[in-house]
Amino acid sequence: MALLEIKNLVKHFPISGGFFGRKTGDVKAVDGVSLSVEDGETLGLVGESGCGKSTLGRCLLRLIEPTSGDIIFENQNITEMNFDHMREMRRKMQIIFQDPYASLNPRMRVGEIIGEGLQIHGIADGAELKDRVMALLAKVGLREEQYGRYPHEFSGGQRQRIGVARALALNAKFIVADEAVSALDVSIQAQILNLLQDLQEEYDLTYFFISHDLRVVEHVSDRVAVMYLGKIVEIAPADQIYTDGQHPYTRALLSAAPVPDPTRKAERIVLQGDVPSPINPPSGCSFHPRCAFAQKICSEEEPPLVMDGDHGAACHVFGPGATVKPN
Amino acid sequence: MSALLQIKELRTSFFTSDGEVRAVDGVTFDIEEGKTMGLVGESGCGKSVTALSVMQLLSKGVGKVVGGEVIYRGKDLAEYSDAEMRDIRGNEISMIFQEPMTSLNPVFSIGDQIAESVRLHQGVSKKEARARAVEMLHLVKIAEPQKRVSDFPHQLSGGMRQRVMIAMALSCNPSLLMADEPTTALDVTIQAQILELIKELQEELGMSVLLITHDLGVVAEQADEVAVMYAGKIVERAKPEIIFARPSHPYTIGLMNSVPGVIDKSAKRLQAIPGIVPSPLHWPSGCRFRDRCSQAEEQCGQSQPDLIEIEPGHWVSCLKVPVSAAAA
Repeated sequence: MALLEIKNLVKHFPISGGFFGRKTGDVKAVDGVSLSVEDGETLGLVGESGCGKSTLGRCLLRLIEPTSGDIIFENQNITEMNFDHMREMRRKMQIIFQDPYASLNPRMRVGEIIGEGLQIHGIADGAELKDRVMALLAKVGLREEQYGRYPHEFSGGQRQRIGVARALALNAKFIVADEAVSALDVSIQAQILNLLQDLQEEYDLTYFFISHDLRVVEHVSDRVAVMYLGKIVEIAPADQIYTDGQHPYTRALLSAAPVPDPTRKAERIVLQGDVPSPINPPSGCSFHPRCAFAQKICSEEEPPLVMDGDHGAACHVFGPGATVKPN
Repeated sequence: MSALLQIKELRTSFFTSDGEVRAVDGVTFDIEEGKTMGLVGESGCGKSVTALSVMQLLSKGVGKVVGGEVIYRGKDLAEYSDAEMRDIRGNEISMIFQEPMTSLNPVFSIGDQIAESVRLHQGVSKKEARARAVEMLHLVKIAEPQKRVSDFPHQLSGGMRQRVMIAMALSCNPSLLMADEPTTALDVTIQAQILELIKELQEELGMSVLLITHDLGVVAEQADEVAVMYAGKIVERAKPEIIFARPSHPYTIGLMNSVPGVIDKSAKRLQAIPGIVPSPLHWPSGCRFRDRCSQAEEQCGQSQPDLIEIEPGHWVSCLKVPVSAAAA
């Protein structure tokens, strides 16, 4: 069963300029994304900087208000909810941020940071609140005597544990992990990934795991979606996307990641140029200017995301939606 | 093959109000002519300070090389005067940094910035230096170099800025390029472009490279030799074929286990290294990894293990690793 379903989600940030501050254009950060997240799974979202993956993650919790589209969580359309109702919903939907240095209030004690949600929602108070926070600290691998410390007294990995405890405090079901381990050293990264996995098993959590690190995404995800310029270009079970990626961007992205195996000389597809601007994305398939397989149709028509079972790709040339032969 | 740069027992400390921070504490390795040495380790292990010590770019009064030698082409760099050192820096040995966003001066055009080092070191005219800047931009594959040479850093993407940094570093044909996390701030597709570019230029110009990174994948592909650093020391050193096939120091093994898909691709769970890196103000006695090491015994706390050749070309500093018959 789908815990969360998004339909044709769009987020355009207006750009204003000129003398009267008129609107001069849009940054098309998320441009028509539809996907569903099953109960208890980890959906990985990969893409390069500026592709809109963080904006998408934040839209799911309405931390950024989407321009249009529907977000259905537990069969309720949350895009139509008013402020109070939405706040209730956020008990079940939480986020862990990338930067463990910027996402914790430096003037609050760790116990207060973790317990704040419990207090706001009137779930616990006084001694009970403290007990619950202590239990959470232990759960994420911190010590109880660290309750009264301030964030600056912790290392990056420990801070990320605090972020995890905060997300868990309200018994969330759905957690958006936005580059949750990217700022950490690899040995610490492994600790946090293991923690997230343990908690998922224990509490039956559903993760929306955003990262640019393909190896990490492969390791944690059940399914992986690849995003390019505000659109999902491919979605498939994790093992399939790594062995049988269809979209040329997916294949280029995967081949670009360095392989920690000196005996295997990977055949690398080196993409030319940079990601185009999301203000004026190319016509048709937005990847066509960098694509080695681009044909006439690619610059004219936007390929839809066509599914074949649980594997979908948005490409005119490859995958289930292919209409022309590769040349 | 002779060594272009020899680092012997290098020790660098920072003197802070809290005490002496022994950031680099007895590091020894050679970089051969035309080869790439990959220095891997986590933040705070001293890999960047090693490079800065070679360049003598430590902030005066705070950081100081307190021991060891850095021998470049047979001569100790410590014997050079400041003026002589300035001639070497950016000319024979040059460096690129991690942050392409902050390493360029925002108020000068990229052409001026590349031309600056050419004029400084090669004593050519303004016009010639400008021509050289265009040539360098062409070399690092920036499209329309004639036009781009007048651009300012903010007009370029991250990948292009890193190309400009490389153009600047290579403008005087250095013999040694020190690249400190050159691709860490970049996306993977751009990283692939930059790494390929460095490799190509290295073959073309025959320079040596010291590649500093935390990414095991990058060293596996780029380096001719790998040194793993932990807490100011090198704990293991070998060719990538050896070190990835037979990692021997418990820290190297832990590091490889921490990255999905290096040792066991199908593992559902990563084997994380417990604990965190100790503070450089108070390194533990004996082996500095022993607090986090599953193999540690009492003897590990008594003395710092030496870097020993356990098989030909494979150096490890751990008391628990047996020496093979071939090396003994």
